[in-house]
Amino acid sequence: MIRSHVLICGGTGCTSSGSVAVREAMAKELELAGLSDEVKIVQTGCFGLCANGPIMIIYPEGTFYSHVKVDDVKEIVEEHLLKGRLVERLLHKETDEGVTETVHSLSDTKFYKKQHRVALRNCGVINPESIDEYIGTDGYQALGKVLTEMKPQEVIDTILASGLRGRGGAGFPTGRKWQFAADQPAGKKYVVCNADEGDPGAFMDRSVLEGDPHAVLEAMAIAGYAIGADEGYIYVRAEYPIAVQRLTIAINQAREYGLLGKDIFGTGFNFDITLRLGAGAFVCGEETALLASIEGKRGEPHPRPPFPAVKGLFGKPTIINNVETLANIAQIINKGADWFASMGTEKSKGTKVFALGGKITNTGLVEIPMGTTLREIIEDIGGGIPNGKKFKAAQTGGPSGGCIPASLIDTPIDYDNLLAIGSMMGSGGLIVMDEDNCMVDIAKFFLEFTVDESCGKCVPCRTGTRRLLEILEKITSGNGEMEDLDKLEELCNYIKSTSLCGLGQTAPNPVVSTLRYFRDEYIAHIVDKKCPAGVCKKLLHYHIDAEKCRGCTACARQCPTNAISGAVRTPHTIDPAKCIKCGACMATCKFGAIYKQ
Amino acid sequence: MKSLAELAAIRDKMKNKVALREESGETRIVVGMATCGIAAGARPVLSTFVEEVDKAGLNGSVAVTQTGCIGLCRYEPIVEVLRAGEEKVTYIKMTPEKALEVMEKHIKGGKPVVEYTIGNIEK
Repeated sequence: MIRSHVLICGGTGCTSSGSVAVREAMAKELELAGLSDEVKIVQTGCFGLCANGPIMIIYPEGTFYSHVKVDDVKEIVEEHLLKGRLVERLLHKETDEGVTETVHSLSDTKFYKKQHRVALRNCGVINPESIDEYIGTDGYQALGKVLTEMKPQEVIDTILASGLRGRGGAGFPTGRKWQFAADQPAGKKYVVCNADEGDPGAFMDRSVLEGDPHAVLEAMAIAGYAIGADEGYIYVRAEYPIAVQRLTIAINQAREYGLLGKDIFGTGFNFDITLRLGAGAFVCGEETALLASIEGKRGEPHPRPPFPAVKGLFGKPTIINNVETLANIAQIINKGADWFASMGTEKSKGTKVFALGGKITNTGLVEIPMGTTLREIIEDIGGGIPNGKKFKAAQTGGPSGGCIPASLIDTPIDYDNLLAIGSMMGSGGLIVMDEDNCMVDIAKFFLEFTVDESCGKCVPCRTGTRRLLEILEKITSGNGEMEDLDKLEELCNYIKSTSLCGLGQTAPNPVVSTLRYFRDEYIAHIVDKKCPAGVCKKLLHYHIDAEKCRGCTACARQCPTNAISGAVRTPHTIDPAKCIKCGACMATCKFGAIYKQ
Repeated sequence: MKSLAELAAIRDKMKNKVALREESGETRIVVGMATCGIAAGARPVLSTFVEEVDKAGLNGSVAVTQTGCIGLCRYEPIVEVLRAGEEKVTYIKMTPEKALEVMEKHIKGGKPVVEYTIGNIEK
């Protein structure tokens, strides 16, 4: 008889910090202690606090242990599971205004308190490889309800009324998308799940697939019923091996239970799902390129209209929904459109999952109601900026998005507000930057990404982004001129208005928004030939402070290019012509005599 | 699976199991499981509670947990029952048989078994 559940995170974050070995050690120790019959190990999806992995939660107490190592397992079994004494040293610690507090339960952490988990409701709660556990948390109830109690149009009306908008980035109302496809003449139609998550630093969809794969399958079947489709595809990148594995398991389990396949619940409704693995091209997240890739063609976009809802996969009406969008569907059916519409802002309903990254204490996955301010996300949930640095900007929307400067930190986050300030919701990557980040360098980073990922089909994107990048490189290497800023702006406008697909149309956004909010940094690079944040290597010079230098020669011996000279016990100097700015001298100096400027 | 009834059956069966992961537990049965408790025979007491709670289908509302030594080693095995809005009841020198009785009368019936409580013995 089971009296305790040990939940160990099996998401990608914790897997890479060693949760698999912890799980194996736990199984062994439980066996040795004779507890195998009363303590159950449950592998779950992502809890969200990836920075503190591997994460372990022990119920019924709800004790939250972080940074659990294999060597800690024996102690947890002997102390906690056998004797009921908490292992204090492994309890999660939270620092607030200099005071470190020990937190006993996950729900007591500041990280969790302001969150509202809808799309992630089962992540970190159930074992994603067990369909029974999903059913135990009301899984497949919504599918049963729509098939037996609702007409397809009622399903669409419910989704429309809920105000759900696509979580992939553009925010198109999901119900309207379904309506378009449903309005097409009956015949072969498709439901496609876009799981090609490509923004650098974004892992929302991966976490849903890894933590609650059945939620996506159930939603696709519901969508199939609503629009009259009997076949679905999930397009997921092969770079997500754990997600692919769990989806495969989930699809097989659902087929075995008759929840996918023919005559579901004896209603005559048929629906089945096929997995398609993508090779990780960013452009394949664009819906028309994605469809081409599923068809076995080169992943290139084509002009719309015709929209996929009219002429999509294999020329048939198709709806394409993002993973997180689908993760909301079953709950909207179960709890009603009004429940969903009660969360969020006027035009953005529900919640949004963000992948918090960059200069932030709690790197991880968070889900908040729409309308939460950036300040709450960064300071309360994210735990603030580490090392006492100051917040400078947040980047949302990845390579298609823009920056939110510190002055706008109190903006409530929703689709329309973000667009108004020149960024976008995007799929939910949120990268926090502090005073050590150079905004020109950030723009350059994202441009490098889009230049690499442009498929090359249309000229503005293929050539235009390359030219943009060249101008940025010119500026960061100290050769920029003021007229380059005008050229940047002009080129951005051309690329935005003439590119074929979303990739090109949004590629200039990082440049446009940094120019808008951090123009002074561009000017510092061009006029003063300085990088205020000290990032752009070509504008930096290493110097030796003659007062601090003891002439120990340590730096001269480290320098790979012999750029440092000077007699023993007299201050040394660096020859800027020879210096390659590797920083080896600075790391070697024991007296702090070397600085960069 | 051909019907909603089958789905409901699986859900009801699983609901109890997953419910262990909610921190609601209106009632908590805490068994002293330090060395003194184990030596005095706390393990079978704990197992009895766990089994009985499951049999009664109370996993959602009753949590069985262990705790360390509270310093009254001579009274082990000690079991504390905590219910929302009620005073804590401490049972001492427990056995599986007594556990069954506490289960019936206190956990299900709502009436503490006074003769096994610490107050009764210290009188």
